[in-house]
Formats: sequence, structure tokens, C-alpha cells
Amino acid sequence: MPSRRMRAAWDRATLGQKIAAFAGLAFLHLPVWVIFLYAFTTEDRTYQFPPPGLTLKWFEVAFARADIWAALKLSLAVASVATAIALLLGTLAAFALARSRFRGRELITLLFVLPIALPGIVTGIALLAAFKMGGIQPGFWTIVVGHATFCIVIVHNNVIARLRRIPPSWVEASMDLGADGLQTFRHVLLPQIATALLAGGMLAFALSFDEIIVTLFTAGHERTLPIWFFNELFRPRERPITNVVAVTVVLITLVPILLAYRLTRPNDTRG
Amino acid sequence: MTPAIELAGVSRLFGAVRALDDVSLAIAGGEFFALLGPSGSGKTTCLRLIAGFDQPTTGRVMLHGEDVTGVPPFQRSVNTVFQDYALFPHMSVVENVAYGPMVRGVGADERRRLALEVLELVQLAALADRAPSQLSGGQKQRVALARALVNRPQVLLLDEPLGALDLRLREEMQIELKAIQQRLGITFVYVTHDQGEALSMADRVAVFRDGRIEQVDTPRELYVRPRTAFVARFVGSANVIEGALARRLTGSDRVFAIRPEMIEVRGSDEPVPGGMLSCEGTLEEVHYHGATSRWHVRVGEAVLTAVRAEAAAAAVIPAHGARLRLAWARESLVPLEER
Repeated sequence: MPSRRMRAAWDRATLGQKIAAFAGLAFLHLPVWVIFLYAFTTEDRTYQFPPPGLTLKWFEVAFARADIWAALKLSLAVASVATAIALLLGTLAAFALARSRFRGRELITLLFVLPIALPGIVTGIALLAAFKMGGIQPGFWTIVVGHATFCIVIVHNNVIARLRRIPPSWVEASMDLGADGLQTFRHVLLPQIATALLAGGMLAFALSFDEIIVTLFTAGHERTLPIWFFNELFRPRERPITNVVAVTVVLITLVPILLAYRLTRPNDTRG
Repeated sequence: MTPAIELAGVSRLFGAVRALDDVSLAIAGGEFFALLGPSGSGKTTCLRLIAGFDQPTTGRVMLHGEDVTGVPPFQRSVNTVFQDYALFPHMSVVENVAYGPMVRGVGADERRRLALEVLELVQLAALADRAPSQLSGGQKQRVALARALVNRPQVLLLDEPLGALDLRLREEMQIELKAIQQRLGITFVYVTHDQGEALSMADRVAVFRDGRIEQVDTPRELYVRPRTAFVARFVGSANVIEGALARRLTGSDRVFAIRPEMIEVRGSDEPVPGGMLSCEGTLEEVHYHGATSRWHVRVGEAVLTAVRAEAAAAAVIPAHGARLRLAWARESLVPLEER
């Protein structure tokens, strides 16, 4: 929502600055629109411009492909399980680190947040090596574990940011009025962190859903949707199908990300 | 009678800092008891130990004769009014007040009835369905009070409850709090750094300093017979007379306190009646307070403050630097313990 201040800044900008701003946005978004456009083209090999004709046929073809459905289902299942694990462990960790003071707390926080700063390729190699050493066959659960490493961080960061804004006196007031730890969590803390959990969960889901680097190392023979894309690149047949799937994925991931953005915006209704 | 609250040799250490240092205290049932002291003196720590939010490093806490050291707050029959009110923002006023009964498993209709009853007591029943964010500071304060009273506690703990309110509202709430305490007949433990508040409301006051209790007494005793220089200065800002001046006036090495309103100001050549002590000094400053004015007079190394009723002071308006004579009855000098 453009604020008055933003509008004032826009009015002050020179023509050159305005053009530059739009050029920057175009640079970011044009490739996505290319994908959108060529999901409807009648030509299936090259990206000739303009497309010789438009058709919805590729949606029908994609719909009938069992390999796409299998990959989509696997990705949704992995993202769901990884998010569930992240919600549980990330919240527990956030509570432990937000509410207590102990030696090494800073170090633990750093170790906890590190996986998201670590390049995916390092995480992938490390996990693969660890799984091999442990004699664990790569498959569904190894993908889940790989994704959980960064999903936990997302949830942890969201929840701890919210917890730090909750005055300790709320918890004390609840206990003072007779509520034990569990009741206090349920009636006082959970309603306060609910939107943070929702936002963190959706971000974690979206990240897991399109993760490929860690997945390449931990998937074994399983094919998540991003891996399916990756493989399609080497088979230029029926290129519009890839675009159709990409458009669908964009639409699916856009919804939770927009919702998460709305929910985490600071609201001014708090007393 | 068993005291409602008893602290026996309680210390609380935060690292190397002694927030409370071997404090013993007994508060009778139905008493309005104030914990008074500057910030960091240990009064809030003391309150938190009684509430159970914190545990003593050594010593015991007893409620109605029962040792509750180590017992969590939700198993203690005390309730607290917090300085920041600590209202739950996602609940309406009535839901906030009904929180205690709710977590104790009271049914929805019954707990709403209980909550409305207490809201009636603090005259806020009309705002029952508002959100806390829609209330003024004074109204939030009343909700916090109602919420703490709904469980019918034997002891109510109040942590600087009026600290965030403006002066007029604060005075109004002081009267109301006192009335509610007398009506319900429950024990109030009231933390404040405002000596006026402690003196006007409490039956007894404990003065805290550096984690220790300096003196426990009725407001009147505290004012008339402060035991230490700290109490004399903190409660009602007394003059402390010591060293050379004390020796010259009384012939003793002790430290004395004298209240500003006990000091008469005279011209330097006016005679002093027999039985009165007097000394000469220079007027440094006069602070005007409406009904009274405070005169700061330098006597040797000390600056003594005298309070004069404005009507009496109006006749004489000496210039700064004028020579004056301060005089007071010998009995108004209060000998203090050395510390």
C-alpha cells in the first residue's frame, strides 16, 4: 500500500530515476513473463517471438502426465513434513533461546542459524556423506531431513522475533492468576505467536517446495518437482509443458508468500 | 496471630550483586504494607519473591504460616497488579478479568458473572467488551486490579501500580485503592518509590536501601522518629545535622535530623527564646511552592532547609546572601543511628 511519504518521494523523482526504477523492475520480472507467455505458444521447440499462435493444449498434455503428478505429490509431501518438523523444533528452540540466559547461548543461536547461511551445496555434500557413513539409503526421509535444516531456522527466526516483543510480565501475570506452563502457552503465548508460526510455516513450505541443491544430494532416485524441471532441461521436447508446470508452481507458491508477507507486517492494533 | 506474609533471612543474589541481603519481615493479615525505596533498593525483588516469580538464594518465604519457598506462582494464594498492567491484548476486558477463573476450570457463564462483579467494583463494567488497546492508562490500571482481585486472594501485591499515571489520576486512584483494600479486608503489599504515596496510604512502611530494610514503622513514626540519616532524608527530606555543627549545637558527636517545618527563620539580630537552639547562616536560595516556600540557608559547611508558610514569609523578603538566624526547639532534633 503506497504511503503518503512514498508518494511524495515518487513526485520528487526525476524522469530518469523513474525510468531507471521501471527498468530495474522489468529486468527482475521479464523472464517470468516469458515463461508465462510461452506456456501458451503453439510452437514447441524454440522461443520465437512473437509466438506463432496461442493454445491451452499444453495444460491438457501436462495434466495427463503421470511423472509430473508424481513429482508434484512428492514435493508437496516433503514440504509438508519438513514444515511440520520445523514448526515443532523451531518453536521449541525459539522458546529456549528467547526466555533464558545461559553460558553459550549466543554460540547456540549462531550454530542454529548457520544452516541458512551455509551454501546449499555444502549442506548437500555434508548430508550425503553423513547418510553414507550411517548406512542410510537416500529417499523420502533424507530429503525431508535436508529441507528441515533450513526450514527450522525460518520458523525459529520468525517465532523468536515475536517472542522478544512479548513482555515477560504477560507470562508472569498468567502464572500469577493460576495458569501452569501449558495453560500459559495455550492461552497467552500461542495466540501471540500464531501469525508468526503461520508466516514462518508458509515461508518454510515455499522454500522446501522449490529447493533443488540440497535435494540433488539427498534425493537418491526420488524426483521432486524441481529435479523434474532440471531433468526436462536436457530434453527440449515439449518445452511448453515445462512452462505450464512453472506457471502452476509460481501461482501455488505466490499465495502463501503473499499471505506470509501480510501476516508478518507489524500491525498497529496492539495495545 | 500468624502473619499473612513472612520473610525469614531472605537473600537474593544476581551474580555478585546482592539484590536482597538477609531481609526478615512479617506482614499481618489485612495490613496495607508499603515497600518503599529508591530504584535498585530491592523492594521489587522482595515483591517478586512473595509472588513466586523469583526464588530466594537463601532464606524462606511463608504465606499464612506455610512455607512456600520453591512453590510456583500458580500454586500461591497471592495475586499481582503489574507496573505495566500486563493485560493480554488478544482478550477483551472481561476475558482478561475472567482469566483466573478460566484456567481454574470455571464455566463460561459463571466466570463472566464473576468478572463483571469485580469490574463493577472498579467501576468498569460498562467497558467489559472493549479491547485493552481501546482503554486509557487509568482504565487499564483498573482492569489489572480487577483481574488480580477476581480470584479473591488473601494477599494482593502491587508493583508501582500508579507509576505510569498522571498526578491527578494518581491521587484519585490512591484514595480508591485504599477504599477497596478496606472494603475487602485483604492484605496489600504495595511497592513504590514515592514516599508521599507510601505515607498517605500504608498502615506500615518498610524503607529499603541497598537490599536491606532500613526501618519498618507506621508512616507517623517514620516521619517523626526516623532511625537513620537515609530514612530521614528519603521520607520527607529532613535536614541532617552532623560534625562540627552538631557538636557546637548539642555538644555531642551524634548525627541528628530535623524537619524543615520545625525550623524558624528570624533576622540575625532577633532574640531567641530560652530553650531553643539556634545558629546563624546566609540565605542561598528560596524555592516558591505556593502555600509554602523552602528556604535554603548555608550554615558553615551545611545547607539547612526551612519550610515557611507563604503567609508568614510574605512580611519579610530578605535578599539572597542576607544573614539569618535559624532556631528550633531542642526536642525537634531527632538523634539518628550511625551507619
